[in-house]
Amino acid sequence: MRRKWFQRWRGVANRGINPQGFHVSQIPFYLVLLPLAAFMLLPIVYIVASAFKPPDELFAYPPRFWVVNPTLKNFRDLFARMSTAGIPVSRYLFNSIMVTLTMVLASIFVGSTAAYALSKKRFRLKAALFAINTVALMFVPIAVTIPRFLIIVRLGLLDTFWVHILPGLAIPVGLFLLKQFMDTIPDEIIEAAQIDGASDWWIYRSIILPMVRPAIATIAILTFQAAWNNAETSALYINNESLKTFPFYLSTLTTTATGANAVAGQGMAAAAALILFLPNLIMFIILQSQVMSTMSHSGLK
Amino acid sequence: MPMSNTLRKWLHNEGNAYAFLFLYAALFTVFIVIPVLAAISLSFTFFDTIQPPRYIGLRNYITLVTQDDLFMRYVLPNTIQFAVIVGPGGYALAFLLAWMLAQLPRLPRTLFALILYSPSMTASVAMAVVWRTLFSGDQTGYLNGFLMSLGLIAEPIQWLQSPQYLMTIMILVTLWSSMGIGFLAMLAGILDISPELYEAAALDGLKSRWQEIFYITIPAMKPQMLFGAVMAIVGTFQAGAIGVVLSGSNPTPQYAGQLIVNHIEDYGFLRYEMGYAAAVSVVLLLMVWFFARLANRLFLTRE
Repeated sequence: MRRKWFQRWRGVANRGINPQGFHVSQIPFYLVLLPLAAFMLLPIVYIVASAFKPPDELFAYPPRFWVVNPTLKNFRDLFARMSTAGIPVSRYLFNSIMVTLTMVLASIFVGSTAAYALSKKRFRLKAALFAINTVALMFVPIAVTIPRFLIIVRLGLLDTFWVHILPGLAIPVGLFLLKQFMDTIPDEIIEAAQIDGASDWWIYRSIILPMVRPAIATIAILTFQAAWNNAETSALYINNESLKTFPFYLSTLTTTATGANAVAGQGMAAAAALILFLPNLIMFIILQSQVMSTMSHSGLK
Repeated sequence: MPMSNTLRKWLHNEGNAYAFLFLYAALFTVFIVIPVLAAISLSFTFFDTIQPPRYIGLRNYITLVTQDDLFMRYVLPNTIQFAVIVGPGGYALAFLLAWMLAQLPRLPRTLFALILYSPSMTASVAMAVVWRTLFSGDQTGYLNGFLMSLGLIAEPIQWLQSPQYLMTIMILVTLWSSMGIGFLAMLAGILDISPELYEAAALDGLKSRWQEIFYITIPAMKPQMLFGAVMAIVGTFQAGAIGVVLSGSNPTPQYAGQLIVNHIEDYGFLRYEMGYAAAVSVVLLLMVWFFARLANRLFLTRE
């Protein structure tokens, strides 16, 4: 009570970190952030505008940024079109949805079970295994594309649904964030349950999972972004056109469209880019407060 | 029987732990550990994918340092230039922006954070479409159209095909999307610092906001700073394919945007010299490890 009064008196309640309302001292930050945010938003605004542009506006000279006569033609063209292999766009979209759903659910399960062991169980290799995972935070997947390719060939995963899923399930950052978050759950709760005779599986499902929802939301969103935006898997490991995903299809729109198709290709690519972007945005808006509370425990000590 | 008792006890305590870890550990081993080990062992061989790998000792590494003209003249300097600007530059930018956002009330802060983070969630294939149009080489390109309407240039410029512009554009585009998970972590870290620390410092006579940043904010959130640094390093090297995405060809025009990641792909998938490509991968992994060690030195909290 007294401190609140003290703060108000000093005028510090709205100054400094995490203020409650507006204060004059915030004006310089707005002056920097507003133009910067507007600039950073430009490419995304461009996607939105282009997706609704009719062909004459897409290739107008001089180029105009915003759309004047918005139309859904690009979306209609996109869904009416077949790929060169005769696969409809809806098939690519369906594959992407299936891959993303499976990825998200599986990575939550794989990550949270492992995090439970590393956070709450006592066993000999615990510290060593967590240290290995922490080193793996530095892992750059793109560096080992070649050996990964050789392994995937060996395992017979080429041209299967599972090649979309399995290589991306062990996410060191995900396990790290889940484990750090689980560490904040007091051990007493688990000990009490153990005394009552609860099994590990019951503790994991009924105590741990509900309590780490923010961390789970974070893993979900990270996996979602990785899976939903992934075009490389389809390009590298899939020859069967009917198993490829939507982002891959998007990447073919502008590269194969030549000559008379270039105009239509541009518009459809913008429409596809918007379809690809929106779910990411919606997911993040819904889950952002959970993500931020997970990030509070992200420190590397 | 005592034996089965100890076994049962072990199963109950440790066995369960390993059971819970099993799926992750298996996938981690198959898709992270083994590829890294395979890259290391392949790097000591000659391997063209037709014949089995043949052990040649350190010859790949020696070739890389002494004979790979492309690597020494273009790839290494490019990678260093790109990494130095995008890595520490993007990291400092992420911290400064996070710090500024923390000075704002909740609603505007969340909106700005969403806008700054949104480039990190756009697919690179989608962005390739955007960048190719914005920087398009003919007069319908947005940048060309804009500059020509201002009268700054008379002829359209081939932005993505000219060696003198490609690297700058690559750096800008990568910085644009560098407010990722590390940025969010640092924002959370700054918001978590207790206000009492600042009050105490104010009473102790800390005056400027810069002093506050260096004496209070950064030391109080070292763990998040380190996490952000590791994410920045990984993001920088992972972003290495951008030059090929923008220019549409590997090698990039006159090797102007050729980074180490493209060099690996060039040798591995275009020339099928897998052993040599693996040696380059190992060098890349060592570079990441070296920079992460450096960040560790700076931010590690010792208890």
